[in-house]
Amino acid sequence: MTVIFKEETFHDDFTFRNSPEAVKRFPFPFPEDSYMYSVNLEPHKSYRPGSVYERTFDVDEHYVSEMRDRARVLAEDPLRCQSLPHMTLAGWDLLELIMTSKAEEYPELFELHRDGAKWHWINRPLGIEQKFTFLDETTLPYGPMEYITRQTQGDFAVLDQRDDNLWMDAGMVTTQADWSLDFDIGMNFFEWHAPVPKAHEMGIFQRALKFLLNVRQGSPARRLNWTMTVNPLLDTSPENYHKWGVMKKDLTLENMGQMMHLRVELQTFFRLPRSNALVFPIRCYLIKLDELVTVPKWARRFHRVIRDLPIELATYKGFVTNRPKIVEWLSKYDNGAPTSPGIWPD
Amino acid sequence: MSAGAAKILVKVAEVTPVNELVTRFRFVRRDGGPMPTFSGGAHTVVEMNDKDRVRRNPYSIMSDPADREGYSISIRRDDNGRGGSLFMHRRVRPGMEMVISNPVNLFALDLRARKHLLLAGGIGITPFLAQIKQLAAMNGNFELHYSVRTTSLASYADELVANYRPRVHLYHDDRGEQIELPALLDGQPLGTHVYVCGPKGMIAWVRKTAAALGWPREAVHHEEFLAPASGKPFQVMLARSNKTIQVGEHQSLLEAMEEAGVEAPYLCRGGACGQCETDVLEYEGTFLHKDHWLTPAQCASGTRIMPCVSRFEGKTLVLDR
Repeated sequence: MTVIFKEETFHDDFTFRNSPEAVKRFPFPFPEDSYMYSVNLEPHKSYRPGSVYERTFDVDEHYVSEMRDRARVLAEDPLRCQSLPHMTLAGWDLLELIMTSKAEEYPELFELHRDGAKWHWINRPLGIEQKFTFLDETTLPYGPMEYITRQTQGDFAVLDQRDDNLWMDAGMVTTQADWSLDFDIGMNFFEWHAPVPKAHEMGIFQRALKFLLNVRQGSPARRLNWTMTVNPLLDTSPENYHKWGVMKKDLTLENMGQMMHLRVELQTFFRLPRSNALVFPIRCYLIKLDELVTVPKWARRFHRVIRDLPIELATYKGFVTNRPKIVEWLSKYDNGAPTSPGIWPD
Repeated sequence: MSAGAAKILVKVAEVTPVNELVTRFRFVRRDGGPMPTFSGGAHTVVEMNDKDRVRRNPYSIMSDPADREGYSISIRRDDNGRGGSLFMHRRVRPGMEMVISNPVNLFALDLRARKHLLLAGGIGITPFLAQIKQLAAMNGNFELHYSVRTTSLASYADELVANYRPRVHLYHDDRGEQIELPALLDGQPLGTHVYVCGPKGMIAWVRKTAAALGWPREAVHHEEFLAPASGKPFQVMLARSNKTIQVGEHQSLLEAMEEAGVEAPYLCRGGACGQCETDVLEYEGTFLHKDHWLTPAQCASGTRIMPCVSRFEGKTLVLDR
């Protein structure tokens, strides 16, 4: 597979687009015509060649531009990347996991040569070549977690496991759906999920935590989550809400197809071997409504999901005010025909 | 998800008697590849094909976590146990092919600790052997207090003393030596975490003493694997699989389910991890809860059971499995 990396922006002029191939592989998150929370976890196994589920860490046409956007956000706000002192070992675990996976699964893009602790890493798309000593921080330009996550799409929460709980003790967070690492750092699983409506009463978090505490080495898991974003912004952070929040007011029926995006997070969970920490990569995929409705099944289903979503969820996901407009726009693409089960295009 | 952790196909590279009760086993991959890295304190579940049954017992990995060539475990022979340790001691030979699980850690170091105080009793030394190698490589601050019955039964004491002398303290029962626990715990610097692995009584003693001295619960770690207890045979109806099974005297409920071909999740097989928790649909009788997982209220409610260690006596038991 040859990936052609696109030149595009996720700010100011917003030149981000999906190619037709990227639309086809988009992780549409709704297996049925309605949505409610569930602990929708499954093993993170290679599945459906060409899909975002094929590789451990998906690299797509947006890779180079997304990494440039991450560097831009970090330059403005270095606190998007933090690692408490006891999490350095987990950072090395993560670096090893990503480098070995990418070198094995994308040999034309990445190479890793290991001679004991002497490692040699080549990242062709970003033009990086680095010789360093594994577990020796002084041989890398950044800490191990920051170094490798500046070269990997998606946010990363690195969770320490202790006292039968998970603790947000390190992370790289620049493509987030309105949450802040700087605010959550050091919190436990229940603390950082406190703002989520309804799910606590449903016992979702108790069950999810039990599952996550038992994620085993060599058996990663995954799930999807979603929200909506006006303009293709990777960085919808609370820190920058004053910049992007106002954009929601610009939405009209005329610009809906280009401006409104479904934002899907492919969340994966890996047990890290040396530190026994859990890493939680949160990979953000964006799709314009104009792009989404090119798949008739998705257009019909998405209309029904948004129309029938409980009001608490529409509020929490931040589009309750714009919902009537979105539903009106989407209704043009829903002829009432039944939709087939599952998430894939017909 | 499938039952248990991912499997590793191994062969036995070495079988080494350590003393009259303990034998060490070393596993390497059959395909010659590297073993997964692990963290000190992790265990692996060893599958044993013992005549017509499969036993699965968890053992702490004692080798260096940085050593990718193989895993070593040490097993104390238990002549009155259910037979796993006897199988390992009597039947396992170098060259034999076996299956073990990927490592799972339920006794991890708290990497925030300023100092790690390790308390071992007898064969409870095994997880600490790996943790000490990990800590030594990281320049970690640790101190080991190791209680043994006699010099000849002090597994690995010589090498520990030789490698880490000022940080290793030995106590021999036959010489009337005992860890001065209150004084030891009272004299620790702030930020110390204590870890205990050994007989049940020792674990209870350490936890109680630490609590009485005001140690935070989060700074006291223990590893206690329960061997599934023997008991009276009983019958169970598995509703989802539509099967009725018999649990034998020397068999756990989990083992009986596996024998009947019912896929049941598990991880530690010692009542600690919670993975095999199973809903009870109907019962008439008494539960013999033996796990560390369910709260007293959950035990009393009669709605759940941990089939890896707990049993049942009575007329009817229907499980959602």
